[in-house]
Amino acid sequence: MLEPFLLHGLIAGLGVALVAGPLGCFVVWRRMAYFGDALAHSALLGVALGFLLGVNLTIGVLASSVALALFVLLMQTQRRLASDTLLGILAHAMLAFGVIVVSLMDRVRIDLLGYLFGDLLAVTVGDLYWILGGGALALAALALLWRPLLASSVHEEMARAEGVPVMRVRLGFMILFAVVIAIAMKIVGVLLIISLLIIPAAAMRPFAHTPEAMAALAAGAGVIAVLAGFNGSVEWDLPTGPAIVAAATILFVLCQAAAALWRGVARAARA
Amino acid sequence: MPERANGTTLVEGRGLRLRLGGHDILQGVDVSVRAGEIVTVIGPNGAGKSMMARALLGLVALDGGTVTRKPGLTVGYMPQRFAVDSVLPLTVRRLMTLTQRASAAAIGAALDEVGAAHLLSRQVQELSGGELQRVLLARALLGDPDLLVLDEPIQGVDVTGQMELYGLIARLRDRHGCGILLISHDLHLVMAATDRVVCINHHLCCEGKPEAVSRDPAYLALFGAQAAQNLAVYTHAHDHSHDLAGEVVEDGHHHDHGDHHHAKKAS
Repeated sequence: MLEPFLLHGLIAGLGVALVAGPLGCFVVWRRMAYFGDALAHSALLGVALGFLLGVNLTIGVLASSVALALFVLLMQTQRRLASDTLLGILAHAMLAFGVIVVSLMDRVRIDLLGYLFGDLLAVTVGDLYWILGGGALALAALALLWRPLLASSVHEEMARAEGVPVMRVRLGFMILFAVVIAIAMKIVGVLLIISLLIIPAAAMRPFAHTPEAMAALAAGAGVIAVLAGFNGSVEWDLPTGPAIVAAATILFVLCQAAAALWRGVARAARA
Repeated sequence: MPERANGTTLVEGRGLRLRLGGHDILQGVDVSVRAGEIVTVIGPNGAGKSMMARALLGLVALDGGTVTRKPGLTVGYMPQRFAVDSVLPLTVRRLMTLTQRASAAAIGAALDEVGAAHLLSRQVQELSGGELQRVLLARALLGDPDLLVLDEPIQGVDVTGQMELYGLIARLRDRHGCGILLISHDLHLVMAATDRVVCINHHLCCEGKPEAVSRDPAYLALFGAQAAQNLAVYTHAHDHSHDLAGEVVEDGHHHDHGDHHHAKKAS
């Protein structure tokens, strides 16, 4: 039997993986990895501001992430700067300001490394409620948004012409994204969050024929990565966040190799 | 106006104006589509045809003019460019229900109607140009929209396929009674079933029945004699002979696209 603090961490990690997989599919489909980085980096600033103002840290992170998402949405309507330039500036500025604010707070000690790379083993019961509650809420919201979000990811103008409220859907997705960032940062940290979203999704692409299948497979792949990473962390005393991301990456490489092998076999069978 | 009297107006644009990047894309274009009517928009590349359609659909912010849509209007849209990134797995079956729910029977019927039922389980990215166009047409048709907007529906389709697709579009109108706005730059293939041709080059050049437009001086000035002859060939196979072809060869070659007021008479 696992120690309670280990169990809390494991359950939290699995909860995050279940929602990160399906959401990560949209990050991959909509090419929003860079946006996600900016969002995640702003979360560190949210933690720092939460400490300064004495509010719940998850709420602080949520507020800063949603604010950044709205700011990006606003900025993308201008055309002077390409989106990746804008996001590149924001992502790194957020990280820099976040680290600066944290370092200025000499009265409170913040585990900076824990926020940057995650600390699954420091998950408290309170964190667990936030993660499971927020995760369940995010999954439900994603299910509601699914059809219009997918339609606008495939062809935004077509969706709009046929009556999909594209702007509202995009706004909803960004807020959802911010919520998932806020709950996932405990597990893998702000620097690695995006990998927990996009690696399982990318790993499962070769085995999926429909968007829904890819989302379900990605959730499963995330669970496997969390279990393997967690195990490696307990077994060999590895930092858990990086161990989970490393496990996901190994899974990704294996899946790509298996898919390539399968294509080769299929081609040989046809020839 | 050579419109069908029974059809209610589905969408109407009046004095549509649009500037993009310092260029006048639309300079006061009027256009409307009624129920049961096929309106074909023709014009040179870059004449603003797609922009006009997108304006009617409310996809672009206009600088002037008004668009009136019938309340509760349902639209099926077949965009000019449709490419799905290979990272997004999408079967034809799933593509069909992208913006709306539909039963398996309805999906099968819509695909059957365009002769694409066998593509149901294929990945969208693996379809040929012609297959994709058929599937997109079936998708736009699903759920019986009031208005079909088809932007270059025959692109990437070989000549026999083009004839077939146009025949199909005409049948769809007859069977479903929807209004169809069809955009084409293939002048020689404006379909016979078109009720009204609207010829634009940033502004409205001329409009009317296909045969009338093919003889319109503004149309001849814009596209030259050869195109006019070809248009006539397809709409009325035995009606193209001497007046158009003979006349226009003499004075047709120095027409340029900027200069097409009604000075030059073609018959």
